[in-house]
Amino acid sequence: MPPRYDAIVIGGGHNGLVHAAYLARAGRRVLVLERRARVGGAAVTEEIFPGFRFSVFSYVVSLLRPEIIRDLELPRHGLDILPLESTLTPLPNGDYLAMWSDHDQTRRELCRHSPRDAEAYDEFGQLMHHMAMAVKPILGMVPPDPTSLSPGDLLGLARLGKHFRSLGERHFHALCKLMTMSSADFLDEWFEFDGLKATKAASGIIGTFLGPRSPGTAYVLLHHYMGEIDGAFRAWGFAKGGTGAISEAIAAAARASGAEIRTDAPVARVRVRGGRATGVVLESGEEVQASVVVSGLDPRRTFLQLVEEHELPADFVADIRRYKFRGSSGKVNLALAELPNFTCLPGVGPHLRGAISISPSLDYVERAYDDAKYGAFSRRPYLDIVIPSMIDPGMAPPGKHVMSIFVQYAPYHVNGGWDDAKREAFGDAVVDTVAQYAPNIRSAILGRQVLTPADIERITGLTEGNIFQGELALHQLFFMRPTPAWAKYRTPVRGLYQCGAGTHPGGGIMGASGRLAALQVLKDGR
Amino acid sequence: MPDVVVVGAGLNGLVTAGYLAKAGRRVVVLEQRAAVGGTTVTEEIAPGFRCDIVQHDIGWLPPRIASDLGCTGVELVRGDPAVVTPLDDGRSLQLSPDTAKSVAAIRALSPSDAAKWPEFSERMSRLAGFLEGLYFGPPPQPLRSAPRDLLALLRLGRRFRGLGRTGMIDLLRVLPMAVAELLDDWFEADALKGTLAAGAVSGVLQGPRSGGTAFGLLHHLVGQGAFRCPASVRGGVGVLAHALAATARQHGAEIRTGAAVERITVKDGRAAGVVLASGEELAARTIVSAADPRRTLLGLVEPIHLDPDVALAVRHIRCRGPLAKVNLALDELPRLPPPGLTGHGVVSISPSLDYLEHAFDDAKHGAISRKPYCEIRVPSVLDPSLAPRGKHVMSVLVQYAPYHLRDGWTAAQREALGDAVVATLAEYAPNLPAAILHRQVLTPKDLEDGWGLTEGSLYHGELSLDQILFMRPVPGWSRYRTPLDGLYLCGPGAHPGGGIAGLAGRNAARTILKDTPRS
Amino acid sequence: MLKVTPFHVRTAPLCHSQAWRRWAGYVVASSYELLHDREYHAIRSAAALFDVSPLYKYLIGGRDAVRLLDRVVTRNVAQCKVGQVVYTPWCDGDGKQIDDGTISRLGEHSYRLTAADPNLRWLHRNAAGLEVTIEDVSERTAALSLQGPNARAILQVAADRDLTDLRYFHLTSAAIHGTPVIISRTGYTGDLGYEIWVDAPQAVPLWDALIETGTPYGLTPAGMLALDVARIEAGLLLIEVDYISSHRALIEAQKSSPFELGLGWTVALDKEAFNGRHALRAEQRRGPAWQFTGVEVEWDSLERLYAEVGLPPRLPTVAWRASVPVYSDGRQVGYATSGGWSPLLKRYVALAHLESAFARPATPVRLEITVEHHRKQAAARVAKTPFFNPDRKRA
Repeated sequence: MPPRYDAIVIGGGHNGLVHAAYLARAGRRVLVLERRARVGGAAVTEEIFPGFRFSVFSYVVSLLRPEIIRDLELPRHGLDILPLESTLTPLPNGDYLAMWSDHDQTRRELCRHSPRDAEAYDEFGQLMHHMAMAVKPILGMVPPDPTSLSPGDLLGLARLGKHFRSLGERHFHALCKLMTMSSADFLDEWFEFDGLKATKAASGIIGTFLGPRSPGTAYVLLHHYMGEIDGAFRAWGFAKGGTGAISEAIAAAARASGAEIRTDAPVARVRVRGGRATGVVLESGEEVQASVVVSGLDPRRTFLQLVEEHELPADFVADIRRYKFRGSSGKVNLALAELPNFTCLPGVGPHLRGAISISPSLDYVERAYDDAKYGAFSRRPYLDIVIPSMIDPGMAPPGKHVMSIFVQYAPYHVNGGWDDAKREAFGDAVVDTVAQYAPNIRSAILGRQVLTPADIERITGLTEGNIFQGELALHQLFFMRPTPAWAKYRTPVRGLYQCGAGTHPGGGIMGASGRLAALQVLKDGR
Repeated sequence: MPDVVVVGAGLNGLVTAGYLAKAGRRVVVLEQRAAVGGTTVTEEIAPGFRCDIVQHDIGWLPPRIASDLGCTGVELVRGDPAVVTPLDDGRSLQLSPDTAKSVAAIRALSPSDAAKWPEFSERMSRLAGFLEGLYFGPPPQPLRSAPRDLLALLRLGRRFRGLGRTGMIDLLRVLPMAVAELLDDWFEADALKGTLAAGAVSGVLQGPRSGGTAFGLLHHLVGQGAFRCPASVRGGVGVLAHALAATARQHGAEIRTGAAVERITVKDGRAAGVVLASGEELAARTIVSAADPRRTLLGLVEPIHLDPDVALAVRHIRCRGPLAKVNLALDELPRLPPPGLTGHGVVSISPSLDYLEHAFDDAKHGAISRKPYCEIRVPSVLDPSLAPRGKHVMSVLVQYAPYHLRDGWTAAQREALGDAVVATLAEYAPNLPAAILHRQVLTPKDLEDGWGLTEGSLYHGELSLDQILFMRPVPGWSRYRTPLDGLYLCGPGAHPGGGIAGLAGRNAARTILKDTPRS
Repeated sequence: MLKVTPFHVRTAPLCHSQAWRRWAGYVVASSYELLHDREYHAIRSAAALFDVSPLYKYLIGGRDAVRLLDRVVTRNVAQCKVGQVVYTPWCDGDGKQIDDGTISRLGEHSYRLTAADPNLRWLHRNAAGLEVTIEDVSERTAALSLQGPNARAILQVAADRDLTDLRYFHLTSAAIHGTPVIISRTGYTGDLGYEIWVDAPQAVPLWDALIETGTPYGLTPAGMLALDVARIEAGLLLIEVDYISSHRALIEAQKSSPFELGLGWTVALDKEAFNGRHALRAEQRRGPAWQFTGVEVEWDSLERLYAEVGLPPRLPTVAWRASVPVYSDGRQVGYATSGGWSPLLKRYVALAHLESAFARPATPVRLEITVEHHRKQAAARVAKTPFFNPDRKRA
């Protein structure tokens, strides 16, 4: 009897859903199995306190591939991404740095701090534009294996080589520097104003266990500019209804194409017969068969928990074991009776509709890292704050607000392990840090949810609470994500694929891994 | 009129001069200091005490260079054990050029590490071998399309394939890694990881947990065959400098000391000669600078002659020397855990990755490491003539002493650094403080002032991923030529960088000979 | 929020059209009246007053001031005497134009550079190793441009010194109703005119003084729309419209050299090393691939094209800023970047980049024109600029 499904997707995170939607659109019978009661994985909206809705984990959208939005007709399924307009960095001296979406306004603001930086900013933006152009085709390709001699890989490498040659020497060199430098050093070459450098650099450390002075952090600066050449939306956006709305929209698109999605259906094991995947066994004991099994879970979960070790080559298992997660961030969600009142820019204003970055200086961010390096959460962490209810009033009761605080560094391997007391101490450190710049925050808090990396792991299943399913470090990117030789969504088990952020290109709510994996599955004719 | 003026008589300058003179060029070498050698000098630090005052090893001297030039009479010394790391409990870790010996030593700390050591050494040596191939000659330029460049790339590709699948993956994976991560992948013993990592971060203002530092591990392995096994010289490193100078002279080069070059003159868009501090002018068709690229192109050449984009790139070369030097005249030998000081190798104060990382943290925030990493040599054990009978000289390379100290370097800071080093060493050799007869401390600022090293960088620019190969010293000018016709670079600021004696000088000389065929 | 110039308190109430535009982060009036016609005619027949404060202004001083400028710009600044002004472009290392502006020699070692784009960083980058001070006085210095045949007469009354001997592209200090100013005989209209530089706090008294003195002479505050027509007639190029700064260009093809922009006369290849000299020397030897020149649309052709659809010619009374293809024998040989109807000359004129082979004056070309939604080609001829060059400009 042929199996009921062509493909089973393990995990209903956004990549799993994108993957399922693409397969379903291609006429495959697809079943998505999600452990939790709702789809979305780390992209979920939940009402943590009555009337207050939170994008519990992932909270902003950057780089959700426009082709996915188009292909899956996500707006028809309810997706509406609103731009985050600005970034405010409160400074220790009571001043602030604000970057607006309007060029002249930003320029004028930068000029206040450093006229030279204001000029450099344009040239920097131009270089980043070129770098984003240089990187974009790489994000959209299935990584070739540089160690292979197969015609497909050689062709891929040749294409890559041709692409690099087309950049010209100037931009190629700049790209090489960007890929190898620390964000602090890279920014030092351009700017003098510390607040600006710190705010830019902070975006380069998200999801890594490195400080801004460590080489290998500069290339993430690109992230901010990738959106601009995509013509879809600005670099950062906020989904109406929270990030859960994105997952719901993708799920709806998948269903509309015929995919079946089951929640509360945790998978215990991938069934492997004769070296090929034949289906899955649920924790309930139920078995479901399919010709292809695709895991949206991270590599460690997929290969060290769902698959029997003897089904995998030993060196592959060793590679997966040394694949690094090192979750480094936490999340604090606040229900607020009133808006925070920032002493540097008092009152309600457009600055509350954007991101607020607690990154006053490079040294500040670096010291936050120093704490984490030795197993403590940052006493004074880097915070990326948004107030979604300012953009989408439906997120909180009228007049009230929700605040989402991304916190780095919070090491998964904290000294002594995470417990309730430590979680609260961590929450306090975050609130204290916010209160330094917006003193009314303490009295405004109606509810507080603190998520440590351990909590993130427990709730979403992300190993070590790493939000990107594995550290975004140079040696874990492209054809090395998650391991060399198995970076093309395939796995050593025939019929078993991976489609999560632990594969190229990974990171954020992009959906690119899910899509590329689907293209690979379809190409393999499965 | 000489054909070539070489600015600076460090090892690379002397090697360049040697090659050019051997090829029949009229060469004049101008050295600002009273002696040749640059930072490779052995000088008196107190009456009767002679010491390698800056560099106390020569890294790797490719044998080909000595034989090409006919340089003889230098006894290179390799330690066995090469490095001894004292532990808190009175034991020590010893690494040796001999794998079996190292395995035995490591086993005392961790049997599992000992078991992995041979494979680790072998795999890393294979990668170092790959680099070695890249180091002889100018680096390949990935985007150039001249037949020669394409051929070089093809050869590179073949050599890459030659690494085998594991080797290829190792190379791609290891290069961008933090050395701490790499070592954590393999080993558990703190002292082993600390000692290997210390060699990797030597000379860069990065800690073992900084990305890209695994490259340092490979770079310093090139030509060595074993970790932390650079060559020192019997009688002091200055012996090599003098030998190379003698060789160059034999080939006809003229070497003038006490001749500081103040300016490189430019005529019609090309380098035309040099002006000395004395005011004397010396015209030459070719000028080769062994000074670092920043000093050469921004200090010796008037900036007006440089394209503003190139000038900016040169200004951005990261130097920020993290190394200081403490040289001690000693009344007696410091008592260290066995095997103590054999005189051949070094003693490394690098008990763990965290130790190094903490030392880096201080420097990162603009302070001297409270507990610095120290690399100690006592050359007088091997060559008693370096010190009065029964007495000794000790040479300590210290990291981190950041050039950009928060409040700048002062005499008090210099002494504080000396004190920190002595205190650190005293923990392992309690008799040391009382044995000190004289102490010389050289901060990065002193290295800049005394040797003209920009920001005290011994390597003439950090050896980090964005400053190597076709990006050394700056992208687009990695082949010893400069944007100024007739001006060349031959120091460690050019490919392949420091720690490899004379190779940049040799490569530069070959380029010059190709560019300026004899008329 | 955008910045307003020091004259805004005066210009804002006058701006009946409420038509503002951005200029270098400031708002300035596009036109004051509902139509800009009268403002334009004031330039050519009486006098017009423009607020040109948004220009970037840098004071460069110190022993090496002239060396810095000579390194940066293409003109030979060393030859500029005290009290003289020179117009010059400046280039990157590849000889591609970054910006253009004027250099006024205010004193022995004191210069003022005006620029359309911010150039502080570029100046600093070039100042390495030089003994210079670079001061951005853009906000501190306000500027008015007084242009038109009556400009001299107005200043003659308003200023405390005789200006009859102030020659074209020279400057002098003076006081206007007690306000100290620097007056340079420069402008962006190709007419007799002056630019008046004043400390920002003194801006309003200066405005009031000029309006008071000038009104009987027909002085009219004028906006950017009128200026645009005048500068096209004068054949003066505008950054970001007629050329893209090499610092902003995204691809090589967007960059231009001074030779390609008709500014070869400003390139002093024989002076000491300056940015781009090497490339410019090579370009001069082989001749530029492009030229920037005037194009005049033939009236008869235009009339015929419209007549075919039963309309009289529609004339661009507001100058356009778009890229319009220029053809020859059915092949595109260039593109016009600015154009419009000259009310004075009664000609449809444009400024265009043309392949050098087609750039000789009187060469017949065709300019694309959209007539009632359909693309047509109007006969045109390459013309020398300036289209309008009255003797009074220099006299």
